[in-house]
Amino acid sequence: MKILVCISKTPDTTAKIAFTDNNTKFDTGGVQWIINPYDEWYALVRAIELKEADPSAVIHLITVGAADAEPIIRKALALGGDEAIRVNADNHDSYYIASQIAEVAKQGGYDLIFTGKETIDYNGSSIGGMVSELLGLPYVSLAAKFELAGNKATITREIEGGEEVNEVELPVLVSCQKGMAEQRIPNMKGIMGARTKPLKVVEPVAVDTLTSVVGFGLPPAKAGVKLVAPDNVEELVRLLHEEVKAI
Amino acid sequence: MPVLIFIDTAEGHVKKSSLEALTYGAKVAEQLGTTAEGVVLGSVTDDLAALGKYGVKKIHHVAAEALSHFDAQVFAKVLAQVAEASSAKVIVFSNNLSGKAIAPRLSVRLKAGLVSGAVALPDTSNGFVVRKNVFSGKAFANIAVNTDVKIIALSPNAYQIIAGEGTAEVVAFNVTVDAPKIKVTAVTKASGEVPLTEAEIVVSAGRGMKGPEHWGIVEDLAKVLHAATACSRPVADAHWRPHNEHVGQTGFAIAPNLYIAIGISGAIQHLAGVNRSKVIVVINKDPEAPFFKAADYGIVGDAFDVVPKMTEAIKKIKGTA
Repeated sequence: MKILVCISKTPDTTAKIAFTDNNTKFDTGGVQWIINPYDEWYALVRAIELKEADPSAVIHLITVGAADAEPIIRKALALGGDEAIRVNADNHDSYYIASQIAEVAKQGGYDLIFTGKETIDYNGSSIGGMVSELLGLPYVSLAAKFELAGNKATITREIEGGEEVNEVELPVLVSCQKGMAEQRIPNMKGIMGARTKPLKVVEPVAVDTLTSVVGFGLPPAKAGVKLVAPDNVEELVRLLHEEVKAI
Repeated sequence: MPVLIFIDTAEGHVKKSSLEALTYGAKVAEQLGTTAEGVVLGSVTDDLAALGKYGVKKIHHVAAEALSHFDAQVFAKVLAQVAEASSAKVIVFSNNLSGKAIAPRLSVRLKAGLVSGAVALPDTSNGFVVRKNVFSGKAFANIAVNTDVKIIALSPNAYQIIAGEGTAEVVAFNVTVDAPKIKVTAVTKASGEVPLTEAEIVVSAGRGMKGPEHWGIVEDLAKVLHAATACSRPVADAHWRPHNEHVGQTGFAIAPNLYIAIGISGAIQHLAGVNRSKVIVVINKDPEAPFFKAADYGIVGDAFDVVPKMTEAIKKIKGTA
């Protein structure tokens, strides 16, 4: 079984969000980069668990990004995975990125492709759907559980106000969220081993972009909290009812 | 060249998030000087013609049996055919759980630029630019869609439903539907509860509750408000509450009208999931809790004392005491 896990580099959750170049570019100054948490904690760790259950499985990691994405992909390799592929391209829109992943996936003949449910920077939740359409694969989004028996996957996915169990034959693409697996910390053996695992760099294929960022902005700051005394709860309820009409 | 709105249903009923998409799509159509049309896949029990009151003139209905279960691949292919047959130039989804699965597939199929998680009407003064949230609600981006056909997936709770007058013409759309590759073998729904991602009010609690046995006062407050319940990550990790209640960076991102946080300190990871709430109320006994900086209203006090009082006060104004 061959598994492809899509890995994205995102700013750390606590990073300061600011913009440069007349608000057209994200200010990367002083930003700590991490593996997108959904890609790491849920997609990658679940793939590693599948390989632990079936040691013949092979895990490839893919990222689309410039050379500065390499520390992130090495960190992912330290957690697990056999080799990594970096498509040497700058950040474009999701269609461009999905097309690059699909191109690599076509040549790799994967049985299973995992993505995180979204990235914490662009919040697009689009890559999984786009790659599956480009490859003509079924797509199960927002999966919270994934079990495999032979060629048949049983996947629990979130629906509004509940859950649904899906059965599907491989190959399939799955976007992963909380519930799939628990966070792991890379150990020293993993970190040492990751240095020598193959990291292949491929050039992007020519693809159009469909959208472009015109500019960024920050939401207006909150006016500040209005505190109500704990023995005056009725006043809080009155404010919520009359002032903001929230209840 | 209408604006086409995907109307998502569950158990035969139109979802609330789709009513938002309908109202939004009708407004986009008005902006572009064209009409709004809807599309429904699968059998429904709701009266589709009545959806005209949200501003759609016509509804394409594909009632094929194969659409009774959700498979994004099958749905996207059918939607592409409806979009092409109606020459739609803008296609609107709710960026709800179905929309997140189908809209990207349709984007590829039609090679139409997608803005997912839109929070405002398009700006058509110079091209076609749609605002969406980025960096988990800490910023927004204005995205230009550069293709002829455009797809917008509207963030739930970002656009207010407006019901007016009117009836829509319901037209059967006949198309061969592929057999789904995905088989739905079980559906579990929390009955009688408000789905978290659709809720207008969310009551959420954290470690300050000291243990799962104390959740009764949280549930009572949620009940009088018709609110959904949620929790912080440590609470879900400790299995005090189910994972599907966890809101925050790695759980669900929500944007209700009112978010009431009880005994949650407000770590940045938690705020990333709730910062798009319109009004935030924080109840915490620690005056230094960072959540107060992100709140609109706050009470520095003991949740076990404050929350039951709040429930009683709300019953009074609702006349149910």
